[in-house]
Amino acid sequence: MAAESNLKNMALSLTVVCLVCSALLGGVYAVTAEPIRKAEEAKVAASIARVLPGFSEQPSLEKVSVDGIDYTYYRVPGTGYAVISTVDGFGGPLSLMVGISEDGLIMNTVVLSHSETPGLGAKCTTDESFIDQFKGWDPAAKRLEVRKDGGEVDAITASTITSRAYAKAVSNAVAVYSKLTENE
Amino acid sequence: MSKLGLITKGLLKENPTFVLVLGMCPTLATTTSAMNGLEMGLATMFVLILSNIVISLIAPVVPDKVHIPVYIVVIATFVTLLQLLMQAYTPDVYETLGLFIPLIVVNCIVLGRAEAFASKNSVVDSALDGIGIGVGFTLTLTVIGIVREVLGSGSVFGWKFIAGDGMLAFVMAPGAFLVLGYLMVLFNKLAKR
Repeated sequence: MAAESNLKNMALSLTVVCLVCSALLGGVYAVTAEPIRKAEEAKVAASIARVLPGFSEQPSLEKVSVDGIDYTYYRVPGTGYAVISTVDGFGGPLSLMVGISEDGLIMNTVVLSHSETPGLGAKCTTDESFIDQFKGWDPAAKRLEVRKDGGEVDAITASTITSRAYAKAVSNAVAVYSKLTENE
Repeated sequence: MSKLGLITKGLLKENPTFVLVLGMCPTLATTTSAMNGLEMGLATMFVLILSNIVISLIAPVVPDKVHIPVYIVVIATFVTLLQLLMQAYTPDVYETLGLFIPLIVVNCIVLGRAEAFASKNSVVDSALDGIGIGVGFTLTLTVIGIVREVLGSGSVFGWKFIAGDGMLAFVMAPGAFLVLGYLMVLFNKLAKR
């Protein structure tokens, strides 16, 4: 049966188990590090391809701070910017990638992550009439707020808070674009 | 107990969800659809079988007073291993289950089987026990997932048979409790016969 529970045996068995486990994990980590990096890159690239049509190669990630919030964005020369914008949604953080063309028009938006209510706010990932209204949006001509707040965004039925957050995220991304281009 | 009995007891007599009522947290949280339930069940089964095998091998030499820490280290290792592999090769599944993969470490089923079965039985029996309980857990989660998906989204395994939404409450937390409760009643009534 089990070895006697004296200090030497306990320390020894824990040490051996931890050493073997760490070695195993280290090995697996080394093997999977490359595929994990590739999978994450592929995911980012797929999102950029959706918000900036015509994008071909992996652009480099850059960071900028606007109004005290740090944003991550990708610059695609000749096409525009893909800005990652995160705001508070109804159920938690709502993270969007917003594609903005060189001349300041919104090309497309895609939800990267969200925790909105299934069937209500979560429609912001599937409701085509809601998502498509942002395509070709000119932020200089139309206000990026839901109609209830005096803007021109048609909200998802029964999900005003999610729609408001979505509009806010897009509008923040436009602010990032303005900041990036103001010195050009 | 016969070898076959070791596998089948996980389905009925010692069904982890309906009879032992263990691992409720992932059961309630991940069964929003049939596919999610199935994937969570399979992930848990993977950890369960491997940890049962290793623990039955090392149990005879581990001093009694440190056996829980040792078992947890073994279980955590397999969970982390699974997490890395899923991140690398099935990133979509990993994203859906997310937080609930690392939480397999504290799933009562895994430590429960290690403590109650694997530490006292042979390697082969422990592996069969892992398979039995794992299959039982997977089937149960899938069934709960199917019921919730049918009622809540009007689809099965992503195949939609009614247009529009279902009864959304079943996809959310209250529906999880309702479905689990009614299925548990049904299961125990049928199993009593």
